[in-house]
Amino acid sequence: MFRTLTNHTGTLARLILRRDRIRIPLWLFGITFFTVIIPIAFDSMYASQQERDAMAETMKNPAMIAMVGPADLDNYTTGVMTAHNMLLFTAIAVGLMSILLVARHTRTDEEEGRLEMIRSLPVGKLANINATLLVLAGANLFLALLNGFGLYALGIESMDLEGSLLYGATLGGAGILFAGITAVFAQLSESARGTIGYSIAALIIAYLLRAAGDVSDSALSLLSPLGWVTKTEAYAKNAWWPIFLLIGAAILLFILANYLNAIRDLGAGFIRVKPGKKNASPFLQSPLGLALRLQRTAGISWGIGMLAIGISYGSVMGDLESFFAENELLEQMLVAEEGYTLTEQFIPMLFMVLGILAAIPPILSAHKFIGEEKKNRLEHLLARAVSRTNLFSSYLFIAIANGFIMMTLTAIGLWSAAAAVMEEAFAFSAVYGAAMAYYPAMLVMIGLALFFIGCLPKFTPLVWLYLAYSFFALYLGRLFQVPDWAGKLSPYGHVPQLPIESMKWPTAIVLTVIAALFTALGWMGIKKRDIEG
Amino acid sequence: MAMLEVRNLKKQFGNFYALNGVNFDVNEGEIFGFIGPNGAGKSTTIRILLGILKATEGTAKIFGKDAWKDAVDIHRRIAYVPGDVNLWPNLTGGEVIDLFIKLRGGNQSNRRDEFIERFDLDPTKKCRTYSKGNRQKVALVAAFAADADLYIFDEPTSGLDPLMEQVFQACVMEAKQAGKSVLLSSHILSEVEKLCDRIGIIRQGEIIESGTLSELRHLTRTNLVVETKEPISALHELNGIYNIEEKDKTVSFQVDSEQLDAAVKHISQYGIIKLESAPPTLEDLFMRYYENKDEKAAGGAS
Repeated sequence: MFRTLTNHTGTLARLILRRDRIRIPLWLFGITFFTVIIPIAFDSMYASQQERDAMAETMKNPAMIAMVGPADLDNYTTGVMTAHNMLLFTAIAVGLMSILLVARHTRTDEEEGRLEMIRSLPVGKLANINATLLVLAGANLFLALLNGFGLYALGIESMDLEGSLLYGATLGGAGILFAGITAVFAQLSESARGTIGYSIAALIIAYLLRAAGDVSDSALSLLSPLGWVTKTEAYAKNAWWPIFLLIGAAILLFILANYLNAIRDLGAGFIRVKPGKKNASPFLQSPLGLALRLQRTAGISWGIGMLAIGISYGSVMGDLESFFAENELLEQMLVAEEGYTLTEQFIPMLFMVLGILAAIPPILSAHKFIGEEKKNRLEHLLARAVSRTNLFSSYLFIAIANGFIMMTLTAIGLWSAAAAVMEEAFAFSAVYGAAMAYYPAMLVMIGLALFFIGCLPKFTPLVWLYLAYSFFALYLGRLFQVPDWAGKLSPYGHVPQLPIESMKWPTAIVLTVIAALFTALGWMGIKKRDIEG
Repeated sequence: MAMLEVRNLKKQFGNFYALNGVNFDVNEGEIFGFIGPNGAGKSTTIRILLGILKATEGTAKIFGKDAWKDAVDIHRRIAYVPGDVNLWPNLTGGEVIDLFIKLRGGNQSNRRDEFIERFDLDPTKKCRTYSKGNRQKVALVAAFAADADLYIFDEPTSGLDPLMEQVFQACVMEAKQAGKSVLLSSHILSEVEKLCDRIGIIRQGEIIESGTLSELRHLTRTNLVVETKEPISALHELNGIYNIEEKDKTVSFQVDSEQLDAAVKHISQYGIIKLESAPPTLEDLFMRYYENKDEKAAGGAS
């Protein structure tokens, strides 16, 4: 019976491998690359035990424990440090890989009707799900070995064979478990979007559960698969039991997914989709309202992300002084200024990086115009009584507001976390001022994006190149002693270094005027050009 | 009165002329059929009329206003349905219809629910779950619910089932009876034949023929099937006779409209037992323009 249900599983598995012959290797090598590059960096950045102990010191606060989990901080070798800082996040990346791949080959294929064609052939009912799980299990096993031996091959003293293999096995185990979770959600949900949504929600809940458990040092972490990940303590205790837990739970999930798949109709699910709204709210019924609605989810996610990044940077502010004192490399990156603490000197560099990062969501938001144009949806609006300038202005307004909100959230996150951990907290106005000093530079980037959208729509990706250039010239430039003019080619290079410098209003005004000029050119361009589609 | 006026319209994409001097009018209260194969320039013409593309040369006017400069003013009085309706996956059909009606502004008729019912659409579903036909229904409901003076349809029924096609045709006829004008671009020639007062055929960016269906028919051939007492001789020697096929005593052939009289006089000499004549269908016309370009040139010379 099972044989007929799984007829041609092998053939389908080969089809999946053929379809993903680029995608899977990219995931595997990408993840492995980051796994092996980090300990090399750690080993050179924190060469002595003293430096590593200083780093361990900064980890001894609830914010860091919530973020990366507990570790043997009294025995902070390069191996322990790598596992502590990287294992959890890499496991999340592996989980994400499994979620996306499983959803792609189960519910997406089903929704697009490809599975129906497959099922009309003499192929078993459960062949597709088992082929998918087979490929995922294989890929994760390969990933485990690749990472395990890869880490061992680095030849770093504190990274022995057992610890390295355990590290790899943890990643593989987490990947297989999330493949199982996604396989179950692919049965429960009726859509690919739902499958991915529920699975990622499970990933986030697992992370938060573990964070809460680790901070309170309770058994709560043991309920979360990501809690099991940190419990392996590779390169320290080398506990293998979480691996068996991960694999065991995954097998149960595989069986459950098979059962649910067997008892349901093709295309059906178990979670009913509730009917949507019959009418549009008055808010939606304008180009601006529509654009806001389309970007709502992305905007909220970015907002939460920027707030979280602000908080995570703010939470290390308390230990920065001792941290910098131990680390020559970072000290070198800071401008030596008399009369200011190292922490204060760190602020402008931090906000430069955050200011570049916070420019991404508003640029994405502006680029949505091009996305809508390419999908032929602007046509619906322009074929009605909506002018091009009205439409363009909606996107312009949202992008500018988006940038302002992102920068504000970052500053709020950083200030509030810093206030909680520092003995002498910063004034909010000082932190917010330092952050907002970068807003005119961000406006130049947004203006440039709008210029391309209006005048040269084929060249819109160039903004990303310029933003990346700004990051390398200004952030890494300090490290590699890049000449000053290279940094001045970026708007971010002209921003005053608050709070160690005073505010330069003329610079801010010039940047804003440049941004306005770009925007005006884009605004004029959109009135003249063809709308593609 | 011309509601829509296109004169010598040209559109260049790089070195390629998508339109090479298009001319036609749509008059008030008239349904104008716009036919031609993929890539002939139908959608490009329509997109210029909507002010989405800018004409390289020539003029496109709707209600006497420039389609590019006065786009917004014009759009308050028109309703448009594209052939490939791409909607926002996370909005429901009902939300999109409301949005479209609201964005159009101008005259509002409160017939939204009536048309949702007629087209049998579930407005509570997200657009991501709609089939092509259902997405088209969303656009059609929004278009008909608007009280427009000119309707522009670009292959609006390509995803609809025959039942819904009839609903669409009924809606178009109602609009016509209410004195509205319609520009209908379509592949479904039977639909154009049924609905349209006048037709324009476009090929390679030029209107090669336009007029009422009966005018166009005069330009082409009638199908005749004849049975005579004695076999007809020397038929092929007459001008304007094509595709002669003999089967027992029956002969079928096509004859150019202007040669019909001569042909009938000729065959009547042989004692007609049976004579069937069928006017050319639009499909015959269309195929003649597209399939046998060379033959058309030859026929014109004879």
